[in-house]
Amino acid sequence: MLDYETLKLVWWVLVGVLLIGFAIADGMDMGVGMLLPFLGKNDAERRVIINTVGPHWDGNQVWLITAGGAIFAAWPAVYAAAFSGFYLAMLLVLVALFFRPVGFDYRSKLENPKWRNAWDWGLFVGGLVPALIFGVAFGNLLQGVPFHLDRFLKPHFEGSFIWALLPLLNPFALLAGAISVAMLALHGALWLQMRADTVIADRARSAIGSLGLVVPAAFALGGIWLWLGIDGYRIVSEPAHSALPNPLAKEVVRAAGAWFDIYAKLPVAMLLPITGLLMPLAARQLSRAGRPGIGFVASSLGMTGIIGTAGAAMFPFLLPSSTQPNASLTVWDAASSHLTLKIMFFAVLIFLPIVLAYTLWAYRAMWGRVTLAQIEANKHSAY
Amino acid sequence: MIDQTFVDLSRWQFAAVAMYHFLFVPLTLGLSWILVIMESVYVMTGKEVYRDMSRFWTKLFAINFALGVTTGLTMEFQFGTNWAYYSHYVGDVFGAPLAIEGLMAFFLESTFVGLLLLGRDRLTKVKYLGVVFMTALGTNLSALWILVANGWMQNPVGAEFSAETMRMEMTDFWAVLFNPVAQVKFIHTVAAGYVTASMFVIGISAWYILKGRDLAFAKRSFAVAAGFGLASALSVIVLGDESGYELGDVQKMKLAAIEAEWHTQQAPANFNVIALPDQENRTNRFEIQIPWAMGLIATRSLDKEVPGITELVAKNEIRVRSGITAYATLEKLRAGDKSEATRSLFDQHKRDLGYGLLLKRYVEDPAKASEEQIKKAAWDSVPYVPYLFWSFRIMVGLGFAMLGMFGLSFYLLARGRLEQNRWLLHLLVWSIPLPWLACELGWFVAEYGRQPWAIGEVLPTFLATSALTTTDIITSMAAYLVFYSVLLAIEMYLMFRFARLGPSSLHTGRYHHERGAPMTARFQPAE
Repeated sequence: MLDYETLKLVWWVLVGVLLIGFAIADGMDMGVGMLLPFLGKNDAERRVIINTVGPHWDGNQVWLITAGGAIFAAWPAVYAAAFSGFYLAMLLVLVALFFRPVGFDYRSKLENPKWRNAWDWGLFVGGLVPALIFGVAFGNLLQGVPFHLDRFLKPHFEGSFIWALLPLLNPFALLAGAISVAMLALHGALWLQMRADTVIADRARSAIGSLGLVVPAAFALGGIWLWLGIDGYRIVSEPAHSALPNPLAKEVVRAAGAWFDIYAKLPVAMLLPITGLLMPLAARQLSRAGRPGIGFVASSLGMTGIIGTAGAAMFPFLLPSSTQPNASLTVWDAASSHLTLKIMFFAVLIFLPIVLAYTLWAYRAMWGRVTLAQIEANKHSAY
Repeated sequence: MIDQTFVDLSRWQFAAVAMYHFLFVPLTLGLSWILVIMESVYVMTGKEVYRDMSRFWTKLFAINFALGVTTGLTMEFQFGTNWAYYSHYVGDVFGAPLAIEGLMAFFLESTFVGLLLLGRDRLTKVKYLGVVFMTALGTNLSALWILVANGWMQNPVGAEFSAETMRMEMTDFWAVLFNPVAQVKFIHTVAAGYVTASMFVIGISAWYILKGRDLAFAKRSFAVAAGFGLASALSVIVLGDESGYELGDVQKMKLAAIEAEWHTQQAPANFNVIALPDQENRTNRFEIQIPWAMGLIATRSLDKEVPGITELVAKNEIRVRSGITAYATLEKLRAGDKSEATRSLFDQHKRDLGYGLLLKRYVEDPAKASEEQIKKAAWDSVPYVPYLFWSFRIMVGLGFAMLGMFGLSFYLLARGRLEQNRWLLHLLVWSIPLPWLACELGWFVAEYGRQPWAIGEVLPTFLATSALTTTDIITSMAAYLVFYSVLLAIEMYLMFRFARLGPSSLHTGRYHHERGAPMTARFQPAE
């Protein structure tokens, strides 16, 4: 039942679940961070916005950390090649993320308006930059990454320093980054419409009016571009899927339209891009109808569709190599040993439901609209 | 060929970001339990002062916690960004505890810390106590898993090298989890965290007592810290001793280096209290010894020997030679040789592969190594003795000094003679930085003492890096240094500000700085 091939596949799904969980949970507070300086016109309003996510952003961020750990455990080769290959990009993400814990916790500890305003922009950066770069990273995965493996399987890259970073910021990747930013902003705006004082909720609602159109439009544009302008990767020959992982044993070619192979093989996969297109529109309509709660669910499904589309398009590729396509890392040849995958599978099976249970409990305990009056009443203890 | 500057820069960066992270971890580990104690007393007695204590120390906890999270982010990705070959080579084993740490511990502490900081008014007293407890449990569980990972770097049990996948693979998860090094280090490390937090609370409380401020609040905080600190300091020392015993068992070279024992002594070995180790001439220029002490610590016996550095190097030289065969046969296997003979030769020698890899510092192909290079590689297995020798002794000295302070504080508090002994209160205030120094030195001993290995006897550090350039590392190092320094300055500013304000920062109207509070409340007597 839990044979090696099945577990390799299961881990593709599980890492997907963790990344989508990250987008739904932490994406929400990153979206809120991006909107903070614009939807909050004064200090009290900004405190309302911050306190809608104040008790939760830290738990949400663990989705990212756990996804990182899970990639390390399940796909060590990907962890090694991707994070060292995207070195400066990853540094930018980390530095931007530094602004969040201190921004949330230190901002309201001093009364100085300059201090508070500076941290508000810090929270903006901490939301925008990681969202942008994660999107850009996906855009680059779809185009292939310039790395190769030596015979001891150490990853090497084309270029260094800024010469490695700049090519990552190509137009298609920036479009992918824009999709990512827009979808998290939409998600955050829905949260604010649901949880913030009505003054802010109204502003969030009008932001959703445009964001709800930008997301599907950008996503559709990305799809067309991928179809017409980006070569995919295709495995020509490979060892058995249950074989011991060896990323140098297969043959891979670049081919136009290869990223769309999945829909011929598995037509039901069409549901992913359809969900990705329609759900943001549905979220927009629900927001207009004054139902941001269901809209938030729709937006979560939309992100699942969008991230799922990118993941499924590349399947079984995880990190295609543009300079040595045969060394591309796939679900089958970048995985950990059978035993590790099995142990980690049980760890997820046991702990993820527990995590979800107490996370929901924590949200329930803090539920309700955060109002300007509440902030005024708790100005020494609230964020 | 290996670029030593690049390797050194990578090591400096890792050491810097890891040690910086550990400025914030120990206080979190310990203060979370102190909050549990205070909150429990509040729930049981209903006395307001305990709620105020819990609330005030939570404020300081939060200031520290924010930077712990910030610097922890770097740690999670640092292996992939800067130690890519390490990640590939041991991710199968090392990644698992990290991922479980996220699932089991980080989610717990991070979800509940939000409620700890902002949820008090939303929850019943008992539920809130549960939240405090869960936060403490989460932080301490994260220490467990990271030390399981770290313990495996020191003593890589439950795993085997696979020539097919060119990496270490897990063979026994329970062996990794119940690695004796990991278990001992976990308790030693969390207890060190408890000592740190106790010193923090007792030092700041002593300052309030010296100032004659908020005495009821300060003395109760002092009492909690004195009791918790005394128990923790005792367990740090006992478990530290247990670590020494464990080292004698599995990390003999580290032990010999810490003790500057250049040659095996006749059992039971003497312990160098003070010595001037001379790495170049492989001897100590000066020694003050306690007879038998090391034999007792390291072997728990009077007749077993503690091997010295020179003798261990001689054994390692044999392993380097065996490693050359391991490497050569591995090359054949990787090239597609499927013969039974090659396979069995490799299996015979593969536990020495790591020692063969030590030669890669000098030659591309270990088979071509000269006699001199083999001897050099064997001596490379010795870390730099003077640093270890002194770091260890300062750490232990600080541990005993803090034990003494907690013991005396506890005694004088119980006898009601605390305020008459102002020198002790002054000493406690000035001693606040000591546990941090001890913690950092402890990590230095553990990790520098692991050199030249990234994974003990398996993977040399200089092979574990990413394929980056020095420019990359200098860029990231500069970014970390700038951001971390600024953040640390801000953190210290807030910490001092709120520590000085004391419980007045709660705005309850009951404490010293709050004008308008009635005199009796502002200067209430101790009992």
